[in-house]
Parts: sequence; C-alpha cells; structure tokens
Amino acid sequence: MTDISKEAIMPPRSFLSQDAIQVFYRLLAALLICAVLAVLSDSFLSLGNILNVLRQASLTFFIASGLTLVVLTAGLDLSVGANVALSACIAGTVIHKTGSPALGILTGLACGGIVGLLNGIMVTALRIPSFIATYGMLWVLNGLTYWYMAGETLHGFPAGFRQIGSGYLFGLPIPVYLLLVFLGIGTFFAQRTIWGQEIYAIGANPVAARLSGIPVARRLLLVYAVSGLMAGLASIIFLSRLNSAEADIGESLTLPAIAAVLIGGTSLFGGVGTVFGTFIGALILTLVLNGMNLLSVSANWQPLVTGIIVILAVWLDMKTRRRTQ
Amino acid sequence: MREAAVASEPNPLQRIPGVAIVLVLLIALFGAIAPGFLSVANLSNVLVQSTILTMLALPMTLIIMTEGLDLSMGAVLTLTSLCVAIVSLATKSMLLGLGAGLLVGVAFGTVNGWLVAILGIPPFVATLGTLGMAQGLSLIVSDGQSVVGIPHSVRDIYSATLVGIPVPIVMALVTYAAFHGLLYHTRFGTYIFALGGNREALRYAGLSPNRLLIAVYAIGGAMAGIAGLLMTARMNSGHPTAGLGLEFDAIAAVAVGGTSFERGNGWLLGTLLGVLSVGVLRNGLNLISLPSSVQVASVGVLVIVALFLDGLRSRA
Repeated sequence: MTDISKEAIMPPRSFLSQDAIQVFYRLLAALLICAVLAVLSDSFLSLGNILNVLRQASLTFFIASGLTLVVLTAGLDLSVGANVALSACIAGTVIHKTGSPALGILTGLACGGIVGLLNGIMVTALRIPSFIATYGMLWVLNGLTYWYMAGETLHGFPAGFRQIGSGYLFGLPIPVYLLLVFLGIGTFFAQRTIWGQEIYAIGANPVAARLSGIPVARRLLLVYAVSGLMAGLASIIFLSRLNSAEADIGESLTLPAIAAVLIGGTSLFGGVGTVFGTFIGALILTLVLNGMNLLSVSANWQPLVTGIIVILAVWLDMKTRRRTQ
Repeated sequence: MREAAVASEPNPLQRIPGVAIVLVLLIALFGAIAPGFLSVANLSNVLVQSTILTMLALPMTLIIMTEGLDLSMGAVLTLTSLCVAIVSLATKSMLLGLGAGLLVGVAFGTVNGWLVAILGIPPFVATLGTLGMAQGLSLIVSDGQSVVGIPHSVRDIYSATLVGIPVPIVMALVTYAAFHGLLYHTRFGTYIFALGGNREALRYAGLSPNRLLIAVYAIGGAMAGIAGLLMTARMNSGHPTAGLGLEFDAIAAVAVGGTSFERGNGWLLGTLLGVLSVGVLRNGLNLISLPSSVQVASVGVLVIVALFLDGLRSRA
C-alpha cells in the first residue's frame, strides 16, 4: 500500500522524461512559427514587436497558469475571463474611490480568489461537474459586472500603478518579470512540493488518490482558488496596462487561456502536463495571433483560429498519448 | 438506473414537483410584485419570447441525455441567423434563407458530433472550440456590422398569426410534438436513452453509437438553423452577437427541467417547463426594471441550484 501510494504521488521524473520531450517538441514548434513569421513579415523580428509578443503572452500565461492546475485535476475553469473582468472593475473602482493602488490590488486579488473559492465549493461540496459549475459562474459574474458598471468605463489611474502593466525595467516590460516569477513559483509548486504532486495524483486517478490519504476536496478547493487568484492578478495587470476598465474586457480571454493550456500539453483528462508547457502554449498562441496581426489579417479571424487551435491541440494530445500507451 | 435507461418512458411523477413548483413559485412571485405580469398581453409575450429558447432547449435535452453538451449552440444560432439575413437579403427569398441557415447549422452540428464521437474529444471542449469558430465566422461574414433591410417575408414570420395563434408559438409546439414523438415513440429515441445509459448495449445490438451521436448533434445544429430564422425575424436584422449566451439559457432550461447530466435520463416536458421558468424569470425581472445583467446572473444562480438539487437527488 505504501509503495503504491508513493508511486502515485511521486512519479519518477528523470531529466528527459515524457514531459521534457513534449515540451521540447513545443519549443521547436514555437521556433518554427518564429522562423516562418520572420520570413513573411519584416517587422516581426523588431525589438518592439518581440517585447510586445512577450508582454501579450505573459497576460495569457497568468490566467492559463492557474487554469493549468485545474486541468491537471481533470477539471476546467470556464469562468476565468469573466473573473478577470469583475476583479478589474472592482479593483478599478477601489483605486478611484480611495486613491490607493495597493488597496485596489489587494481587492482585485481578493475578488479573484473568492470567486475561485466559490468555484471550488461548487465542485467539491455541491459536487457539480466543474465545466458546468464554472460555466454557471461565468454568467453570474458577467451579470454582476455589467450590473455593477452600468455601462460606465473607468479610466485614468495613477502613473505608478500604470507602470505594472506598461512599464519597463532594464529594457524588458515589467509583466515579463512577473511572468518569470510566476513561472518559477508554478513549476516549483507543481513539480517539487507534495501538494503539487498530490494534484497530479488526483488528476491521474481520483479514487487511488483518496484511498492513499490525499485530502482530495481540500486540494481541489486550493486549485480552484489559485485559478481565481491568478485571474485576479491578471485583472490588475490588464487594468494597469489598458488604463481603463469596462464590463466586457473578459469576453475574449477564456478561450485563449484554455488554448494555451491545451497547446502546452496538459491533458484534459488530468494528471499530465506542466506549467512550463503552458508558458510555451501561451507563447505559441500569441505568436500565431501576432503573426496574423502583422500580416494584416482582420482581428475578426482571431476567435475562429483560436477555436480551431483548441480542437487541434486536444486531438494531437489524444493521438500522441494513445500511441505512447 | 439501468431500468430507467432501458424503458423509453421515464417516471415523470417523481420529477413533476421540482420544475413545476419552480414555475408556479416564479409566476406567483412576479404576479405579486410585478405590475402587469399576469395580463394576457404579457403572458403571451412570455410565450412568444420563449419560442427560440424552446427550439434550442429541446435538442439540448437530447444532447445532454447522451452525457454530452453543446456550448456552441448560441454562437451557431448567431451564425445561422446572419446566414438567413444575408441570403434572404440577396435572393429576396425566405425559403432560400432558411435553407442556408439549416445548411450551416447542420454542418456545425455534424462537425460537433464528429469531434465528439469519432475523435473522442470531450464535448464541452469540442463545442467550446466550435463556439469560437462560429463566433469568428459570424464576425467575418458580417464584418462586425448588423445586416439590415431583410425582406418582409422573413420579418412577417415572427409577427404573423395562424388561427389566432402567433406563428412562433405554432412552430415551437410543432417542434415539441416532433421531439416528443422522436424520443418516446421511435426506435431512434430509445437509442438516445441508451447512448447515455448504456452505450455498450447499442454496440452489442449491432448499432453504431458513433453515427447515432453524430445524428443527435446534427439535430441540434438543424434546430439552431430554424431558430436562426426566428431570431432574424424577431430582430428584423442579422446581428453578430444575436445569440450570445443563448446556449446557457438552454442548458439552464434543461437542468431546471430535471434532465440529468450524468445518467442518460431526459424529460422533454420538464425541459419545456424549464424554458417557461427561464422565460418567466427574465420577463418578471424585466418588469420590475432590473437590468438584463441581473437577469443573466439570476439564470446562472438558477442553474447552479438546479444542478445542486440534481446531485442531491442522485445521491438520495
């Protein structure tokens, strides 16, 4: 019994594990896209554009990194985009009312975290399937946000606050530093802590995880709360970058975040995937959308392409796994 | 549960209370607090406004019975509504418009079914992908603009009456009768119960579950096409966000109506009552001048409560 549970909790991870190979393929794909874009468009390799890609990818990554943990447990969080919108609007209001960015940031994070916690409660205590529970939450949040904003737009935030999303440090956008920090934290948490490994175990086999003594409900609660918290963080960065908040800013965020997770090789069926993979996924998706932009394809095409990418990514993932098994 | 999946007629007595009580409570509540709610004009308004949702919720019931989900329905309806508008504008023919809408709807439904059945992609992700695709195509064909100036023949469908009954209601009733006959009185209907309840049994009986599944999703697409015609007629234009979130109202109606998400059990009359509950809720909130955002949020709460109760029942 102890041997089995240990194996379930701590799968062997050598340097060239299956995960590493999967990430390697995706890095190659990202480089290939870069090469194609460099040939097709003169402006792709300009410093400004590359920094722009990184900044854009980091926004997708913040939402997608928390989502990765949820998907690792074989769940899904469809409410992340709506959560970003509500958190941004509430944080923006707090900053306007109190003049204190710190208070606004805290409220935004708290709002995101509470929404995530509610998702977790619906999935664990009420036992509603996660995709339906978070889909219901999406519309509840949408409704709340539109009602709260009543068609208004918040704009004009303190210059210091705006630095978070649009400022530079040593030539790199500040969100990129945040990306590196959270990439590190996320990877360490998932790969090197017991809690992280327990999350993999829950996704791989929830029954085995429960039988080996993992507090499944508490870990799931944590995972959904983290997903909400990361949405809260993303909302702060959005707010400071756009310098405005509107009720509809979250509508185009969920599908790209899910796409990034799936392109990154995290399996919808749980237990397989890495936070680093999600970073590469966010990068690939951003490169594709950026490339379309540079080749002056209308932004109207973006949802179509993102949708196709989501389906392709799941299909490829299922195909490669079937072959390796 | 096996028995319920095999028998084509579920035991409705057990479930009548849930959704019927919800509906009666909502009517009583708004009758008391919303001025004019109980007037004949308003109630018939609720019925007419519920017709589009009926056309989505009925096929959604079948899809959910197969332990599936179609998140793309609202976006596909938007696209078919635009197709109806564009084609009928170009050809001045309502029937050609409807044909175009049906064609696009069935194509999307078939793709959904193919992704779910043949490729084995989980339904909520497969249809989330096609949601994005339909949304994108809607933006592309309309260039983000409304399509206006559609012919009278399309517009009249929503306002015309047949022996005193508004045509949309007639269409919804015919649809309900067709689905009722299909689910409870044909072999195909029995197979749908088996798709969710016992898929292996279908295989042993020499049937192809995959083909049946594709057919179920294709029916959903076809209904989105017909509902697209009604939507275009109702708005008197094609609009690139016309059907935004409608799939959620449909899922809400199905969930409130007592169709289970996990056991292959469906109840069409329950779905119909669920549609009316959603319609009454939205209309009542509208009458007491709460904005549509609150309506959206309250439908979300309605779904979560219904699913929670569904979970309680399944454990009881």
